[in-house]
Amino acid sequence: MVEYKGKTIAKGVAVGRIFFYSKEKGQVRRRSVNDISAEKQRFESAKSEALRQLGEIYEKALKEVGEENAAIFEVHQMFLEGDEFNESVISIIETEKVNAEYAVAKTGDNLADMFASMDDDYFKARAADMKDISERVINALTGSESTNAPTEPVILIAEDLAPSETVQMDKANLLSFVTRLGSSNSHTAILARNMDIPAIIGIDIDKAWHGKQAIVDGNKGLLITDPDPDTLADYEIKLKKQAEEKELLKALKGKEDVTLDGKHIKLYANIGGVGDVADVLKNDAKGIGLFRSEFLYLESEDFPTEEQQFEAYKKVAQLMAGKKVIIRTLDIGADKQVDYFGLEKEDNPALGYRAIRICLDRPEIFRTQLRALLRASAFGNIAIMYPMIISEAEVIKIKEISASVKEELKSEKIPFNESIEEGIMIETPAAAIISDKLARLVDFFSIGTNDLTQYTLAVDRQNAKLEAIADTHHEAVLRLIELVCKNAHAAGIWAGICGELGSDTSLTQRFMEMGVDELSVSASRILPVRQKIRSSKTKP
Amino acid sequence: MKTFNYTITDPIGIHARPAGLLAKAAKASGSKVTISANGKSADASKLILLMGLGIKCGTEVTVSVEGGDEAKSAADMEKFFKDNL
Repeated sequence: MVEYKGKTIAKGVAVGRIFFYSKEKGQVRRRSVNDISAEKQRFESAKSEALRQLGEIYEKALKEVGEENAAIFEVHQMFLEGDEFNESVISIIETEKVNAEYAVAKTGDNLADMFASMDDDYFKARAADMKDISERVINALTGSESTNAPTEPVILIAEDLAPSETVQMDKANLLSFVTRLGSSNSHTAILARNMDIPAIIGIDIDKAWHGKQAIVDGNKGLLITDPDPDTLADYEIKLKKQAEEKELLKALKGKEDVTLDGKHIKLYANIGGVGDVADVLKNDAKGIGLFRSEFLYLESEDFPTEEQQFEAYKKVAQLMAGKKVIIRTLDIGADKQVDYFGLEKEDNPALGYRAIRICLDRPEIFRTQLRALLRASAFGNIAIMYPMIISEAEVIKIKEISASVKEELKSEKIPFNESIEEGIMIETPAAAIISDKLARLVDFFSIGTNDLTQYTLAVDRQNAKLEAIADTHHEAVLRLIELVCKNAHAAGIWAGICGELGSDTSLTQRFMEMGVDELSVSASRILPVRQKIRSSKTKP
Repeated sequence: MKTFNYTITDPIGIHARPAGLLAKAAKASGSKVTISANGKSADASKLILLMGLGIKCGTEVTVSVEGGDEAKSAADMEKFFKDNL
């Protein structure tokens, strides 16, 4: 038994036989040619063939891994059709009077080198795309079949895998990928994660492994060849557990979020933009508990207009088709800076001019956002949430502004939901402690545990040195959460958690006991949290 | 010649997908579109050279448009950058 340590690019466990995949790359020979125009013609027809293949691969990828991941093959077509590639190949054929294979290989190498020498990981990874394209054209020129594909489920081991190779393989025969080269940024890595199979890179692979039994532990980045019986037995158990978990999660889709003793929990998702809604629906969240509206401001060069904001909010409300969408008003400042706000540099930005403090100080920005939110409320089930509250005075001021915006819309005969829910985030110790008073003023509470923890423990969440003492399970934070739930219920409103802690399933039982009514978590955590809710009780 | 500046907000910068669309749009514009950043420049209709500029998020690029209907091409390009990058 030998263990090899690499780098994880997709998690999970696989057990099976190793299949050594080699490209059978025929050495490209440089050959002098006399008939240059015939050689150029050969290149043109090989290029058409390569483009045709790429079209097919794109269609296959579209069905299997979605539009976003398939797009790379459309880009490959563009690279191949682009002037640089063609001009370079033609010029090498003409000036060196050589065969098309050699001209294409040299062009591919030159372009790959250009990308490989760039200093950004994303651009570096494009070198693999250049090689993928030139190899495809060379194969079309020589008429060779490029691959030896596995015919039964295997752990596939290769020097490197081009994205098109990954997609072309029959998924039913792939238990895992292990490669020596590659990066976690590569499309192959993304595809592996999408196919939900473990993958590791950075392993010094050996051709002699072909046919050996092996284990891939994508959670630890390990490849184990010739495992001993005990290790194998261990992993068989892990494998079984993994399969059960996948099945269970599949079974949980469409199920209610209800505790063993019958309390219904609102299990919602956090999103940062319109593009995240697809994931929310895929994972079967019952609503959106935190829509961070900052993206509209961060992605813009100037204040987003009422119209731009309205379109984004309306789109999400419509996509969610009547399910709750809680939109948080802008939370700029602290770690999120935007030039056009003209914010001064602060010594202590986390305790500074941010979020609702900016909105109340510059009501024109706030009113624009409120108008957009209210107008969008006519198209779905929108609720508004205000961040960084510390006092009743702030909430009263917010309500005055909101009431005046509603009056304005009424006088303009613009429709909106007049009974729209308005709530606040509880993310300062101050708000948690006076939550009995705040509860009388609003429709709901949502606890932002990231900031609440940082402010309660006086631990800067951006400071990596403090990670050891940034105890997210600190009793002080948990007691504040419990207090907030108790005060919410006394006033007849609901309380939820939209911070990271909400998806921590080791706390779900505790949250149920505290009376938490809503959990809003990232889309990928919806089903694990659902599973936990369904096995929890509201009493110990 | 018309020029404008734009600061890239796409988190990965001018990556393959928008670069491909940009090259198409530049070709279709009928004008010669040049992108300059970090002291280098490239013809926007040449996808690989364009990506070779390695433009990242937060970089300010200068886009110049020459020949053809310059006013229209420049406006179209500006809209393209705002929508895609």
